[in-house]
Amino acid sequence: MKQRAAFKVFRTIALIVVVISLVAPLIWMVAASFKTNVDIYDSAKALVFTPTLDNYGTVLRQANYVQFIGNSLWVAFAATALSLLLGVPAAYSMSRFNMRKSALVVLMARVIPGVSLLVPWYYVFSNLRLVGGFSVLILSHMFVSLPLIVYIMMGFFDGLPEELEEAALVDGLTHIGAFRRVTLPLSVPGIATAGILSFIFSWNNFMFALVLSGADTKTLPVAIFDFVGYASIDWGGLMAATTVVTLPIMIIALFVQKYIVSGLTAGATKG
Amino acid sequence: MPAVTAPEKAPRGASVMPDTPGWARWANDHRKWLFAAPAMVFVAALIIFPLAWTAYLSLTDSAGSVRADSEFIGFRNYVEVLTDTDRFWPAVGRTAAFTGAALFFEVVLGMAIALLLWRPFRGEKWVRVAILLPLVATPVAVGMMWRLIFDPNIGLANQALSWVGIGPQPWLAGQHTALPTTIFIDIWQWTPMVVLILLAGLTSLSDEPQEAAMIDGASAWQRFRHVTLPLLMPTVIVAVLLRGIDALKTFDILYATKGRGGGSFHEVETLNVYAYGLSFDYNEYGLSSTVLILFFLIIIGSMWALTARRKGAGR
Repeated sequence: MKQRAAFKVFRTIALIVVVISLVAPLIWMVAASFKTNVDIYDSAKALVFTPTLDNYGTVLRQANYVQFIGNSLWVAFAATALSLLLGVPAAYSMSRFNMRKSALVVLMARVIPGVSLLVPWYYVFSNLRLVGGFSVLILSHMFVSLPLIVYIMMGFFDGLPEELEEAALVDGLTHIGAFRRVTLPLSVPGIATAGILSFIFSWNNFMFALVLSGADTKTLPVAIFDFVGYASIDWGGLMAATTVVTLPIMIIALFVQKYIVSGLTAGATKG
Repeated sequence: MPAVTAPEKAPRGASVMPDTPGWARWANDHRKWLFAAPAMVFVAALIIFPLAWTAYLSLTDSAGSVRADSEFIGFRNYVEVLTDTDRFWPAVGRTAAFTGAALFFEVVLGMAIALLLWRPFRGEKWVRVAILLPLVATPVAVGMMWRLIFDPNIGLANQALSWVGIGPQPWLAGQHTALPTTIFIDIWQWTPMVVLILLAGLTSLSDEPQEAAMIDGASAWQRFRHVTLPLLMPTVIVAVLLRGIDALKTFDILYATKGRGGGSFHEVETLNVYAYGLSFDYNEYGLSSTVLILFFLIIIGSMWALTARRKGAGR
């Protein structure tokens, strides 16, 4: 069993390398956000430095980030809630009635390049004087969330035995009643998975907000660019800004790890 | 409230509740489309109409403002784009190189890491957490983070190289090193996705074929090559399909690291970046629509080829 022991040593070393390559850049980013720009330029202060909160002061006060955090939260929350409202019943119908072709229509939204939709959207919505407002932003983010939710929930409903609903019908409930009182309560884990992933995807979305948001409705990924000037970059402020965007979502991910993994791998192992 | 006199077993699709109001009965009978239609109408309205418009714009000389008058010019845009060896074809090449290289490394590395994680071990939880972090990080922020690390003067990457005696590299700033560097960033962020999918596939495999091969005296490599890999192939193709669609459309990290037009020499200008620039930097709506229609055909074509392979592998 010498081979086995050798494999274990090899695996441990390999996994340490993997973990360091994945985590070290993130630690570097967070560390830089606590450095002055002078320290960032000084290679001797790569790891040992006096931490400062100045960059966060800049980000939260001068750069108006509190408002952008609110914008990002509101857009992600609204897009997710509306997409769940439309997507969960749709996924249920598509799963129970085996509407694979209809499902394909919704899933097409994942395949189409966003740019090809932005020009017509921009035209229509600017004529309606909606560009720069929250409604268009939320609508465009739903376009990302809805296919994701339908995809995950279809897989979930496929795996939910129909017998439970039939039992509810025997008890005198209508089909819709059975969906509401039996299927929905049983679907909470699936809905949580779909909702969390939809929130993350919307929070991270960049291109739609880049075109469709205004100065007051900017979301965080767009606001990051405020720290990139033509001539120079405020690295400390930029890293604080990126940390403000990524850290909350990474901390949430730690707590709901299981849901994220099951959502991302949904449907991957079916034949 | 449900009727007390409900029959023993309600026939599917028929409403039999005497005291339910008419609208509820109607809703119950039409629930299939009542449930599915809102989502489908929403997506269709936001896709089919814009796609049709894009297709129409690609046949016009629309530019400057979409509201401005434009003339129908037939396939002239297509001729112009398809003979454009300055921007269009290099962008096609970069898109192919980016997607091909990123997918190759992500699948190979993803497979290796998934195999390492397959059997339980101590500390498994922490490794899984580390794998999840890049995946959920905001792509634009990830681009900025690597921009600092790859900065030729102050970046960690060149510092690390100097420790082992290698001279500084231009990374993102170099005309020929920029695209490989962005591919590296994509690999860093998305290999974890492939790991998760392949791991889900590996966990769903039954142990028996493995054990049978072990009894037959197959080596670890033979077991992987002739037992595990063929059984896992459908999952590998799903991973390639999901990752491939997103890799073709990569925009965020390219825009974050190189800005408009994929840099001053268009070093990282892929089709998506090119189409975005034509639309929103140059307002060349006719041309950009043409590029987008061609891009769309490329995406659909590669997806179709892959799903055909998946069906073949499933047999």
